[in-house]
Amino acid sequence: MNHIVAITVFVVLIVAVIIMGFLAGRWKGGNLDHIEEWGLGGRRFGTLISWFLIGGDAYTAYTFIAIPALIYGAGALGFFAVPYTVVCYPILYMVFPKLWKVAHKYGYITGPEFVRGRYGNRWLALAVGVTGIAATMPYIALQLVGMQVIIGALGIPGHLPLIAAFVVLAAFTWTSGLRAPAMISIVKDLLIYLTVIVAIIAIPMSLGGFGNIFAKVNPAKLILAAPPAHSLGSYGGYATLALGSAMALFLYPHTTTGILSSAGPRVLRRNAALLPAYTILLSLLAMLGFMAVATGVDKMPQFAAGFAHFKASFAVPALFMYEFPDWFVGVGFAAIAIGALVPAAIMAIASANIFTRDIYEPFISRSKGSAETLVAKIFAMVMVVGALFFIVAIPTQFAVQLQLLGGMWVIQTFPAIVFSVFTRFFNGWALLIGWAVGIVTATWLVAHNNFGGVWAFHVAGYTLPAYIAFATVILNALIAYVLSFPLNAMANDRHKDETDAADYA
Amino acid sequence: MIRLLFFVIIFVIALWVPLYNKVDPTLFGFPFFYWFQMLVVIAASVMIWIVYKVEDKEGADK
Repeated sequence: MNHIVAITVFVVLIVAVIIMGFLAGRWKGGNLDHIEEWGLGGRRFGTLISWFLIGGDAYTAYTFIAIPALIYGAGALGFFAVPYTVVCYPILYMVFPKLWKVAHKYGYITGPEFVRGRYGNRWLALAVGVTGIAATMPYIALQLVGMQVIIGALGIPGHLPLIAAFVVLAAFTWTSGLRAPAMISIVKDLLIYLTVIVAIIAIPMSLGGFGNIFAKVNPAKLILAAPPAHSLGSYGGYATLALGSAMALFLYPHTTTGILSSAGPRVLRRNAALLPAYTILLSLLAMLGFMAVATGVDKMPQFAAGFAHFKASFAVPALFMYEFPDWFVGVGFAAIAIGALVPAAIMAIASANIFTRDIYEPFISRSKGSAETLVAKIFAMVMVVGALFFIVAIPTQFAVQLQLLGGMWVIQTFPAIVFSVFTRFFNGWALLIGWAVGIVTATWLVAHNNFGGVWAFHVAGYTLPAYIAFATVILNALIAYVLSFPLNAMANDRHKDETDAADYA
Repeated sequence: MIRLLFFVIIFVIALWVPLYNKVDPTLFGFPFFYWFQMLVVIAASVMIWIVYKVEDKEGADK
């Protein structure tokens, strides 16, 4: 227990942020008994707050631990996160301002609700909603893993601190709704930017510059391996991982919630240009993986236990403890821990919105006003407890595998949500069948592939390694397209569209 | 139209791996692979901002 200073700084920052979470309920006053206020912050966040909120939402603690860890272990391949978080922004710009307008006009607070309004098909909306919740649960659990690594690195044993953190998370989520993570994300991001900028200047100085750092990296991992003849090789995996992840990013319930909580299409367009600042941050952060290699922290006896327990995820915490004075370790670790709380809260709220609007109300019981918000609040608690159960009872590796599957599942909602913003050609049932085929083939391929995300497809004598999510969503879309012809002829559902063609202009 | 052009450019320079999968030339010690992709981030941000400005002037959201 020789990290007293680090622990003190860490605890002070966490407590400060928790107090903010509770006070946030009074911010930008609104009636928190209304689900649009509790679960969507009243759709009034401007460019700056949305920048912090969506940034804090999409670039999570897990990202900040996992991407450097991937670089540390696999080298160049881990850098796919950078093109991923570049190409997601043209997608954000093209799709989501339109979705915002429709959602605002008809009072939708979730993606699946839009799908139900568009197709008048509550089963399709259910499929989209359940996919989102199923993908989110392991994602929240992984935020806890990020936190667990930090708490473990500080030398605090047991599950108790983690449970305490999540009881508090549940409490301020209950009282303040989306306003809590929105306000906290400001502190979180300022701390993250500070930590990364200091790290990216100070550590290379102590290691004799970036040239020296890269010189210590295995040359085979420095760039991608050149593809063999008749194969796309590692290029196929890299590009499709980036593109497929980008297609899925804003379909997650928590990112959709972040988007719909903004004040309007203009805020989203501006943020499509401003959010890449986080990608710059991420690309610098990724370099910490190489710095961990260069310092050789994994071979130092004081970190042996940490690496044995947390594997590559321990690279960044170990690097911080090796390079930084104790008080700054506290700052950096607090940044990561708060970086777990923000998305975890948004994920719980977003799942709760979906449960309420797309499962409870269409299938169980209609409710309005404060009764509706109560349903959402209770389900948010279920999500937090469920995620905690994940971490305490189930091996971490399982959560990582489920999170990988979650990405495969959530992209299968791409045709139903994204295509529907541009066209009403598709038939709702055709989209549902396409979704089902996508989910089943993706899950089967991933399991068959020993939980690797990239599968080598063989087409006409060529080997095309591709991100399974990307390959299966193409199959999904093709099936939905082809089946839409006979299904539209037999049972056209276009009259069930409650939205107007003019809404999408 | 500027939107289509710029967005296609972003997708190509970000995803066309052979374009940047090389070590040389290095910059401040960074292999080309890394600094080029960091530059792509900035280029994409600027291009999206230009698209936003042009469309905002045309009254995209009134």
